[in-house]
Amino acid sequence: MQYALIIREAAEDFERRSDPAYRDGWVAYSKALAQAGIMTGGAGLTGPETGTIVRRKGGEHDVQDGPYPEGKEQLGGFYLIDVPDIDTALEWATRVPISDKGSVEVRPRLQM
Amino acid sequence: MPPDAGRAAEKVARQSYGKLIAFLAARSRDVPAAEDALSEALASALRVWPERGIPGNPEAWLLVAARRNLMQATRHRTVEAKAQTTILIAFEEAEERMNEAGKAVFPDERLKLLFACTHPAIESSVHTALMLQTVLGIEARTIARTFVVSPDTMSQRLVRAKAKIRDAGIPFAVPPRPALPGRLAAVLSAIYAGYGLGWDGLDGEEERHSLAGEAIWLGRALLAVLPDEPEAIGLLSLMLHCEARRNARRDSDGRYVPLDEQDTAAWNTIMIAEADSLLRKAGSFNRFGPFQCQAAIQSVHAARRLSGKTDWQALTTLYAALVMMKPTLGAHVSQAAVIGRALNAAAGLKRLDQLDPRAVASYQPYWAVRAFLLSQAGDDTAAADAYMTAIGLSDSPAVRDFLAGRLKEARL
Repeated sequence: MQYALIIREAAEDFERRSDPAYRDGWVAYSKALAQAGIMTGGAGLTGPETGTIVRRKGGEHDVQDGPYPEGKEQLGGFYLIDVPDIDTALEWATRVPISDKGSVEVRPRLQM
Repeated sequence: MPPDAGRAAEKVARQSYGKLIAFLAARSRDVPAAEDALSEALASALRVWPERGIPGNPEAWLLVAARRNLMQATRHRTVEAKAQTTILIAFEEAEERMNEAGKAVFPDERLKLLFACTHPAIESSVHTALMLQTVLGIEARTIARTFVVSPDTMSQRLVRAKAKIRDAGIPFAVPPRPALPGRLAAVLSAIYAGYGLGWDGLDGEEERHSLAGEAIWLGRALLAVLPDEPEAIGLLSLMLHCEARRNARRDSDGRYVPLDEQDTAAWNTIMIAEADSLLRKAGSFNRFGPFQCQAAIQSVHAARRLSGKTDWQALTTLYAALVMMKPTLGAHVSQAAVIGRALNAAAGLKRLDQLDPRAVASYQPYWAVRAFLLSQAGDDTAAADAYMTAIGLSDSPAVRDFLAGRLKEARL
């Protein structure tokens, strides 16, 4: 079954991305996933301040700069993994090197 | 009330609760009904006792509170009629026992409950969780957290297991002699798994840490009823040896310290002494087993506090015995690690290479040991690679940081 591990990071985490102490954990984790042969996709994303939001207002499109201000955690990226069950997915979720301020959400992929 | 007294009240509440559940379930065979009847009473006890003190007869207090709740439930017709009758009969028997002259102590039948929870008809993966909930009254939500599964999943599993106990007619009894060794092994494994959950919860998780204490306590309770089972003695010895080193596992800055670098002055010598004396007692029965073997391994490590060095040769012998009795992946990896220390890194690596690559692919200890042995052998490039995998597989920030430090050394 495929699950997305959705990573949310705090503003401090985004700032620490160039710090080897933080970054290397993510490199190691991605390597471990690849080595286990269960990673089917995913991507790390640049910081929320680089985002641009498109909304639909009636027939018009409204383009806005920047992230939603609400929420301490912002989407940092996601992994898509193929594992037998939710327990295995949760086991991998505990290994994600998030800080105390981040989180990992485990969500099944929509079957189409 | 000081926190210690609060903890004491909680402990008595859980012990009494376990005794009552065991008594009621053994008679009604209905664990959920017994739990339904007692859960509110336990909740009140956990709230009231730390403030007002532990009552003189804790079991009677819980029974009276539970009886009151049960009567209310009956009035509201929330309890199924049939289940209600059996549980009421069990209640009456418990009250009779309580009122009998000369029987000041309520019978402790928790061991029967332990054997029911670890019956082979119940899937072994739920044994520990079931034991923690029924015998100690720990909430499904807490159990789910320690097992890293969702609360719904854990509740479902526990409900299924308890229905199975009732519907399959699983006995509430200590098995007869011939069947005892096999059945006892399941009880010991469940207790040890409970201890392991507490052992892992070191990084600021008080809740998990207390599980280690509960497991040790269950080990003692087991010994009180089965004093002549060397493996039960071995398990308690093993848990005490591990527990004795708890404070030495992190330095003053919270960093992970591997066993052979721990400051032996931070070990609890009283616990070690008890563990060693238990191990000697177990040995006197001349029936060696995996738990005694693991306790002996810990005892060799503990001897470093006296000799100043680790006897890797003795460990090699003990691990050879352990993998023969219980060839788990963990035992194999540890065996390779001690061979790597006793002989040389190449010999240890050779052992690791013999393990099934699919089994070790996501097994963190394998990669940590492999990385260490590779760097000892001077292959820094391969060591760095293995350290990366080990870091990626770690679920503890302290261990991750420790391995990152080793990785840095390998890259120099």
